[in-house]
Amino acid sequence: MHSRLPPSPGGIALPSRRRFVQGLAGGGVIAGLAATGLAAPAFAHARPRAVGPQVLRSPHLQLDIGESAVNFTGRTRPAITVNGSLPAPILRWREGQTVDIHVRNTLAAHPTSIHWHGLLLPANMDGVPGLSFNGIAPGQAYHYRFDLKQSGTYWYHSHSMFQEQAGLYGALIIDPLQPPPYHHDREHVVLLSDWTDLDPGALFRRMKKLAEHDNYYKRTLPDFLRDVRAQGWSAALADRGMWGRMRMTPTDISDINAHTYTYLMNGTAPAGNWTGLFRPGEKVLLRFINGAAMTYFDVRIPGLKMTVVAADGQYIHPVSIDMFRIAPAETFDVLVEPSGQDAYAIFCQDMGRTGFAAGTLAVRQGLQPALPAPDPRPLLTHADMAHDMSGHDMGAHGTGAHGTSAHGSHGEHGEGQDGHGGHARPDAAAAPVAHPPSERRNPLVDMQSSATDARLDDPGIGLRDTGRQVLTYGAMHSLFDDPDGRDPGREITLHLTGNMEKFAWSFDGIPFASAEPLRLKYGERLRMVLVNDTMMQHPIHLHGVWSDIEDAQGAFQLRKHTVDMPPGTRRSYRVRADALGRWAFHCHLLYHMEAGMMREVRIEE
Amino acid sequence: MIRSPHLPAVLLAAVALGTADPAAAQAHPHHHQPPPPPAADHAGMDPSRMDHSSMDHSSMDHSGMDHALMDHASMDPAAMDHAEMDHGTAPPQAPREPIPAVTAADRAAAFPVIDHSAMQHASPVNHLLRVERLEHGTGHAGTHQAWEVNGWLGTDVDRLWLRSEGERDDGRTGAADLELLYGRSVSPWWDVLVGIRQDLQPGGHRRWAALGLQGLAPYKFETSATLYLGSNGQVMAKGEVEYDVLLTNRLILQPRVEATLALRDERQRDIGDGLNTVEAGVRLRYEVTRRFAPYVGVSHERLFGDTADQADHRRRDTRWVAGVRLWF
Repeated sequence: MHSRLPPSPGGIALPSRRRFVQGLAGGGVIAGLAATGLAAPAFAHARPRAVGPQVLRSPHLQLDIGESAVNFTGRTRPAITVNGSLPAPILRWREGQTVDIHVRNTLAAHPTSIHWHGLLLPANMDGVPGLSFNGIAPGQAYHYRFDLKQSGTYWYHSHSMFQEQAGLYGALIIDPLQPPPYHHDREHVVLLSDWTDLDPGALFRRMKKLAEHDNYYKRTLPDFLRDVRAQGWSAALADRGMWGRMRMTPTDISDINAHTYTYLMNGTAPAGNWTGLFRPGEKVLLRFINGAAMTYFDVRIPGLKMTVVAADGQYIHPVSIDMFRIAPAETFDVLVEPSGQDAYAIFCQDMGRTGFAAGTLAVRQGLQPALPAPDPRPLLTHADMAHDMSGHDMGAHGTGAHGTSAHGSHGEHGEGQDGHGGHARPDAAAAPVAHPPSERRNPLVDMQSSATDARLDDPGIGLRDTGRQVLTYGAMHSLFDDPDGRDPGREITLHLTGNMEKFAWSFDGIPFASAEPLRLKYGERLRMVLVNDTMMQHPIHLHGVWSDIEDAQGAFQLRKHTVDMPPGTRRSYRVRADALGRWAFHCHLLYHMEAGMMREVRIEE
Repeated sequence: MIRSPHLPAVLLAAVALGTADPAAAQAHPHHHQPPPPPAADHAGMDPSRMDHSSMDHSSMDHSGMDHALMDHASMDPAAMDHAEMDHGTAPPQAPREPIPAVTAADRAAAFPVIDHSAMQHASPVNHLLRVERLEHGTGHAGTHQAWEVNGWLGTDVDRLWLRSEGERDDGRTGAADLELLYGRSVSPWWDVLVGIRQDLQPGGHRRWAALGLQGLAPYKFETSATLYLGSNGQVMAKGEVEYDVLLTNRLILQPRVEATLALRDERQRDIGDGLNTVEAGVRLRYEVTRRFAPYVGVSHERLFGDTADQADHRRRDTRWVAGVRLWF
């Protein structure tokens, strides 16, 4: 058998970390052992691990949420599961059906919920406690009933506290009424996620104490001396000086990485080698879903071209690529035609290159191709964050270059809800970025960017010079024209803000707890403009309605439910407010949402 | 799935443009050129299969339009730039997919009567306790133990701080204090603190009012400066700066400087006016985990002026230290 562990970067991978990254070959839900003492459902443990979760096809279901014991790393830990399964069962329905799902909470002490991510449904079926319903108290059940108005690859997860991190997520596939615009012979769901042995609440508290806990990749004195040799003293000092003045570090790619997480593919750690079968020459559809709480994955299958045919459940013009980055909550449907080899590795590195999820496409079970070496770890640059570095002091409370340079344009366009947005992309490229007044002198805002560009064609940090064809938002176009067709009647601008050291996250410097709802008028078409003022990447999800991403000219380009916002970008999308109710709008990095990067969007008549 | 702009919608748009404020209408940029051809495979599309036959233009009801009500008097045709108008692709003002009419059932489903506090949140109050130094040292003056502890309890912005420092020389507690402070973030990096300090050393229990600033200075210097106003009119100040030099991501060299000043001479307490003490040290720690880091180091303490004259021990001392850094 080949070694599954790639050469360790910088000798970091100690034996203990090796098992941490790799996980256990037989890891997963422990058969017949429920941590609460409740009997685990009988069907939960009959299946071999590498097969993935069970598929439920009936539109009339009972789902039981409960606690199960799992073991991914050598330690037995409690997880929150659906019908005793992690991931939750694959739900497979058909467009046009009306589904009836009784979700029962068998947890001993905690309320729970299920949110159907990306589905268009009445607000009281959306599953967000406090906005859509009361949540499901222990011992009680909630009856979800709604019509399936769409088709494609989606997923479902808990919207209660940190239960999504604890295992409550699963794939949701809706078969279309009309045949899809491509041919395929077989298909597999590839659900990626991140597992931690820590109690997720304790992990959140750890982030509040020491947000840089997992950043073991900071630049050291030897790194500095190497840069001096390569670039000279002045360049090396200038670079360290800029980061030093910001009080930040360019290796802060993700808040939580493989020092805490074991990455899973269909609930299987790399050592367990989840395997999807094919016959040579077949067209195989892979439904990639990122169900991770905090992890971006960069996915490739060495030896295979991938053709992306749908994003977030919606058909796109086919795009042929070697690699794609998938943000938490995104889904991509990908066609591959494996032939000539018996086995192909599906290699999914985390964005910071600290670990990976991995599995195999093979002609039979039991094959394990060697994994490629990890790509080099990326470093953030000031260009990544759209910082104009012409001699400005970075950072503190909006008095830096960006706060002041923006004042000229402050009054007219205004911030927030009142900007008139009827016309496509008002001089975005030229105007300096105006920051909302709430960002100024705000201890929760440690940085501002002068981002004016959507950067739709940028593959992103660590993917630019790989020599591979990498998927970008710019390359994806919905297979249909703008279904609404109207120009936006107005524009709402929100800045993504944060304080890394305090692990405080917000929109416009205002955390959820003290924010007013964004009010939308039923039926209106409006433009959302997001400006990322942080150095982190954020997937932004609006419940209830689609987010129609605009191209560089401000025209409809791509229908999604989750819009990825790399640092230093300003992206806009159209929203058709055709769903009454109170909807959640948030960063889909779970701990960012919990730390305040969330708003209520209220669509009223 | 494939749509083309509906003619009625275009007509409506044209009418709407005519009724709108001309200034707005002419400023209206028409960015709706067809999207750039994606690097895509359209081979699968069959235009002949697109079915437009279901469009029924005859059912458009224009009877409600009253053109007489339109006020075109304020229009200045000369100022209009029609060159930019592209009537073929003007965006419709009515949605292609109609907005569904709202029923009573929709309203009930959209705004159910629920408990709006049902959304649970992690506590906004967090805490951290750091033992920055807990060390034993030996120098010419004998053995020396020291501790420095600080911790906070509170939200992102408002925190209650606990700080304590102390040292023992040859088994006798030389100095020890405990501070309780309220701190508020005044910027992303700086907290202002006010509170009290209680001295616990054998020489006398004295209480101080404390006013301080602490945070992360540019270039990542951990910095703290505090002014103390004593019950007997004494004023003292203490400043501390630390910096982390990463040899590796776990092996970290930390230079640290601390200085104290006093306004007045107090012989009975070994305090002289002006600069009293400067302690400069460098400690090399190994972060076994972030929570547990043993270290070794060397620390040099120098007493100045009257303080040195009054102290019964040496003016300068250099100590080797070994200790542990912890946080909870």
